[in-house]
Amino acid sequence: MTTAAPGEASPATADAAGRAPARPAARRGRPGRRRASLRMGLEILFFVGPALILFGVFVVWPIARAVQFSLYRWKGFGPLVDFVGLQNYVSVLTNEVFTDAFRHNMTIVVLSILVQLPVGLGIALLLNRKMRFQGMLRTIIFVPYVLSEVIAGVVWLQLLQPEYGVIDTVLGAVGISGPEEGWLGTPEVALYTVFVVLTWKYLGLAVLLFLAGLQGVPDELVEAAQIDGASWWQVQRRVTVPLLGPTIRTWGFLSMIGAIQLFDMVWILTGGGPANSTTTMATFLITEGTKRYNYGIATAASVILFAVALVLAVLYQIFVLRRDVAQADAGSRRVR
Amino acid sequence: MSLPVAAPPTPDAGVVRSRPRGSGRYRGGSPLVWFVALIVVAATLGPVLYAVLGGFRTNAQLAESPAALPDPWVLENYQRVLTSATFWRYAVNSTVIATVTTVVAVVFGLMAAYPLARYRFRWREPIYLVFVLGLLFPVTVAIIPLFIIITRQLHLGNTWWGVALPQAAFALPVTIIILRPFLMAIPNELEEAAVIDGASRIQVFWRIIVPLSGPGVVTVGVLAFVASWNAYLLPLLLLQGDMKTLPLGVADFSSQYSSDTAGVFAFTTLAMIPALIFFLAMQGRIVNGLQGAVKG
Repeated sequence: MTTAAPGEASPATADAAGRAPARPAARRGRPGRRRASLRMGLEILFFVGPALILFGVFVVWPIARAVQFSLYRWKGFGPLVDFVGLQNYVSVLTNEVFTDAFRHNMTIVVLSILVQLPVGLGIALLLNRKMRFQGMLRTIIFVPYVLSEVIAGVVWLQLLQPEYGVIDTVLGAVGISGPEEGWLGTPEVALYTVFVVLTWKYLGLAVLLFLAGLQGVPDELVEAAQIDGASWWQVQRRVTVPLLGPTIRTWGFLSMIGAIQLFDMVWILTGGGPANSTTTMATFLITEGTKRYNYGIATAASVILFAVALVLAVLYQIFVLRRDVAQADAGSRRVR
Repeated sequence: MSLPVAAPPTPDAGVVRSRPRGSGRYRGGSPLVWFVALIVVAATLGPVLYAVLGGFRTNAQLAESPAALPDPWVLENYQRVLTSATFWRYAVNSTVIATVTTVVAVVFGLMAAYPLARYRFRWREPIYLVFVLGLLFPVTVAIIPLFIIITRQLHLGNTWWGVALPQAAFALPVTIIILRPFLMAIPNELEEAAVIDGASRIQVFWRIIVPLSGPGVVTVGVLAFVASWNAYLLPLLLLQGDMKTLPLGVADFSSQYSSDTAGVFAFTTLAMIPALIFFLAMQGRIVNGLQGAVKG
């Protein structure tokens, strides 16, 4: 892999070093031009080649293979011979575990927007003022985001332990008793518990992005609104939040894509259980692939996961992007 | 340094900074603001602090009153982790893999971004588009074939390279997308002057482009490093035994010794310290990088 780079490097380096001064002159003559463009081609190859090879070997090739595998029934041994066409896709899409997993992914997507957006926005608006310790606050809020999902998950796993965990203890002290099997052990609440932990981990990113977006809201607009007698609340609603449209849209996009690919946190907290109540598309495909060796099924699921992400991304770009821009325009016009 | 926005800008962040600083439209904090801030801080830091303090307690203490301070403070849990060979082994693996990932992603990414930013040729936009499309493919989509290719065809299973190279490959799209506008912003005159003075393209790249793209390089480097340091799925499939990284170690420890809560807290705390230090040192960059990545 890495040997490819020096291999390509030598001709380009020698060539470029030797003829560089002649370059302006070389533009005129025909043979010279061809030589110049050949040299440029080699230079480009030298610079782009390594990245393209790496990308090809570890991204493009595996994805192509995923599509290929998904058309075969294959347990990982011997050659790919048992071609089954789209049968793997049919069996994934009719598998209740997978459709449930898809629903869980979508639940997280929707909950993120319904819960994290208003809460994150509220915190950002409140903190967007000159106050002491603001820098420190931002740092603290961002801490969970930097931890790996595994570490965050393991810590929460301990906090959420049924009965002996600190959360049940504290809740017990105020007279609330958690579910008997624990927050993560009860199928009805497990997914929501996972969502709470995810919110803890990712709210900081939302707050931080919104705060950065707020820095881009021109002071003049806010001042103008204030002079016109707008209250704090009115300024936020009519001026600041509309102008934050692009930032909110971007956050929403990141959050959506992340929720569709959700794996690490679920794997640590519940492993998809109890009774498949917290499976996601990613945990489904990993279980099928690494525990049951159903490579055809697993790769079909991964292609479906990609298709879902792509469709949602395109829909998001088409609908949300436009509306946000329109809102931002309307918002700024109203103030002027 | 503590204010993310004050750090040297990515090209996109320039827009954000064009306004003179002054978020003082409503000064000071009312009690409500402080109250909310306090709750947010407590909710954010609570679990982390609980884990840190939990490491200083015994399992008996934790069982008796889960929500109390260490009494007495015991160092034994931390000592045990710090003197265990596996912990250090995992830490070394994590460090090496993250470093290799970062170096490969940044070097290859910067090299690729250079012609994509500053040459004019027919394949420029198509090649760029290939990398941009890569953003749409998370590791999850390719994970099963990737596992088979790396272990069976490249024979890199259970090695540092086997994890670092694919991670670098998946980091390339973000790297190139952030770096390209950076390189585009470098004035043409500098490059032309160097060429007139007889410098080759390679020399121009090394002497002019690389030094001038410093801030962008740091940003993409930090992003690649943090992503690798925190990665779970790819190491989970590819690494076993002594080759495991810290996240795998934490997950293993917590399932193997699930009754040793204090030990789990100590192990987890020590595993999160490097990321936290790195984050505090590089905070501005991470934030800038995210904003850059977001707007790019």
